[in-house]
Amino acid sequence: MPRTLPSAILAAHTADSAKEGDICSVRVDFAFANDITAPPAMRAFREMGARKVFDPARCAILPDHFTPNKDIAAAQQAKEARDFARETGMLYWEVGRVGVEHAFLPEQGLILPGDIVVGADSHTCSGGTLGAFATGMGSTDLAATWALGETWFLVPPTIRVDFEGTRAPWITGKDFILALLGRIGVQGARYAALEFGGGAVKDLPLDDRFTVANMAVEGGAKAGIFVPDETVLAYAKARGRRPFEAIYPDEGASYAQRIEIDAAALEPLVAAPSSPGNMRRAAELSGTKVDQVFLGSCTNGRLRDMELAAKLLKGRRVADSVRCIVIPASYEVFAECMKRGYLDIFIAAGAAVSTPTCGPCLGGHMGILAAGERCLATSNRNFVGRMGHPQSEVYLAGPLVAAATAVTGHITDPRELVSGDFWKTL
Amino acid sequence: MAETENRNNQASPRGTRLEGNAWKFGDDIDTDVIIPARYLVTSDAAELGKHCMEDADPAFVSKISEGDFIVGGENFGCGSSREHAPLAVKGAKVSCIIAASFARIFFRNAINVGLPIFISPEASAKIQPGDRLSVDGVAGIITNLTRNETYAVAPFPPFLQELIATGGLAPYVKKRLAAQEQAVSA
Ligand code: SF4
Repeated sequence: MPRTLPSAILAAHTADSAKEGDICSVRVDFAFANDITAPPAMRAFREMGARKVFDPARCAILPDHFTPNKDIAAAQQAKEARDFARETGMLYWEVGRVGVEHAFLPEQGLILPGDIVVGADSHTCSGGTLGAFATGMGSTDLAATWALGETWFLVPPTIRVDFEGTRAPWITGKDFILALLGRIGVQGARYAALEFGGGAVKDLPLDDRFTVANMAVEGGAKAGIFVPDETVLAYAKARGRRPFEAIYPDEGASYAQRIEIDAAALEPLVAAPSSPGNMRRAAELSGTKVDQVFLGSCTNGRLRDMELAAKLLKGRRVADSVRCIVIPASYEVFAECMKRGYLDIFIAAGAAVSTPTCGPCLGGHMGILAAGERCLATSNRNFVGRMGHPQSEVYLAGPLVAAATAVTGHITDPRELVSGDFWKTL
Repeated sequence: MAETENRNNQASPRGTRLEGNAWKFGDDIDTDVIIPARYLVTSDAAELGKHCMEDADPAFVSKISEGDFIVGGENFGCGSSREHAPLAVKGAKVSCIIAASFARIFFRNAINVGLPIFISPEASAKIQPGDRLSVDGVAGIITNLTRNETYAVAPFPPFLQELIATGGLAPYVKKRLAAQEQAVSA
């Protein structure tokens, strides 16, 4: 039976027949939690009577949400998680050597093509960029995986999404995914897996693909997996900590739905409050004043995002009325931004730059919003209260819209701000 | 101790008869509304329960009575993977959630923490705020005592029924680990 990519990966990890709609037990290649989701997982792990994890080199805890510890309660939680990691011998990296989990783990070569990866964090689906079946689950499910090295999945139907046509230089991965979410809505892929491909992917930088896969869960999808290409294989070979075998969809596989997005027709997009599916053109929202711009998160805190924003901000100033907060998503991105002079550009423009953390993305710390305040963020969720007070508002966009908005103080299509020559430099 | 008190994997979620009043919410109720991230410095159900649904209705917890029901629309529990969401609902002493559909991670989490959930598009559409409901988890029937109506509940796949019958994921894993250990020592 010809298989779609998600179902082929599941089938390669199970002894069950793994027909669509079947529940099957699969081997897991990598399983992780963060400082918020680890403590309940640790508790469930002990309750299960488990004493050791299935393979310490394939299990990890990453302190990224409320770290560097934002208050005493967060510090207690982070300490508990750290102690547990030491006790079980699983992978753990301290503040200063880590990053937001979904940016950091691929850099470390721990998420590889053909893998099944589970994380106690919904944006684990980011790993789909590298051709892995990567999905979020709760803490108890994660604990079971730590104990057994296995989990159960219902083999989902697959929706195939093809990005076609030639993308303009002002179009980023964020516009691809916001266009898709605008089309299918926040439950358009509920219980399904997305398989991404098409001619426009080839020249889409890997960092932009991460943005697309990252927000698969915003459409309700279990996973969002790119068909691996040379770019992915080269990245995985250069960084991989273990051998891997890429998996591809079979010819003639049957899809629940096929969607085509014309990249050539895209314009810079924004998701307006309070749903990632509430798609608008940035130009349409021009005049919407903002109090804060946040550039960072596991969605758009990678080097390419920093590069685009830095290029646009070079020689410009953040508007007096705006707080612009820049948070590279991993220490590697941070260090590279420093080397390339991006941090100088951000600081000269009047932005606040922070060490890697989830920070304001989930309303944790480092940029919480007051009642009535409005933020344009490059993160992935704009739910009510997501970044602070329930009466604050979040707009989502890519790094170019974010940088342009920081300069003008209102939501801005970057084309309004820069000349034609600028686009040749990207 | 508190650690074992606030989890309840022993409860058979659908095995009991539940009765309470309906509190209605719309589609796409996300986990940030169910329990805002600012309260995630603990995973204690009772503590989280104090803030359940706060960003949708700040007075929710003070208005409900023990055993009441949350009735949602489509895609209930979308968003984050935080198990704190079903724990908060349990901690608020809500007896179960009825919705037209659930987001997948929330669905798994609810089963794993022993929060009963029922999928019924019909019930979700017809139940009005304040209706008195009773649910028979074994028969899979929701009765609307106010309107004299009954609604069918979509059954869980056999694997999940088995998992629930074992008492949830924790006892299931415990059994598997014990079997592994026996095999090793034999
Ligand atoms: S950056 Fe935001 S979305 Fe990503 S893992 Fe952190 S809190 Fe979650």
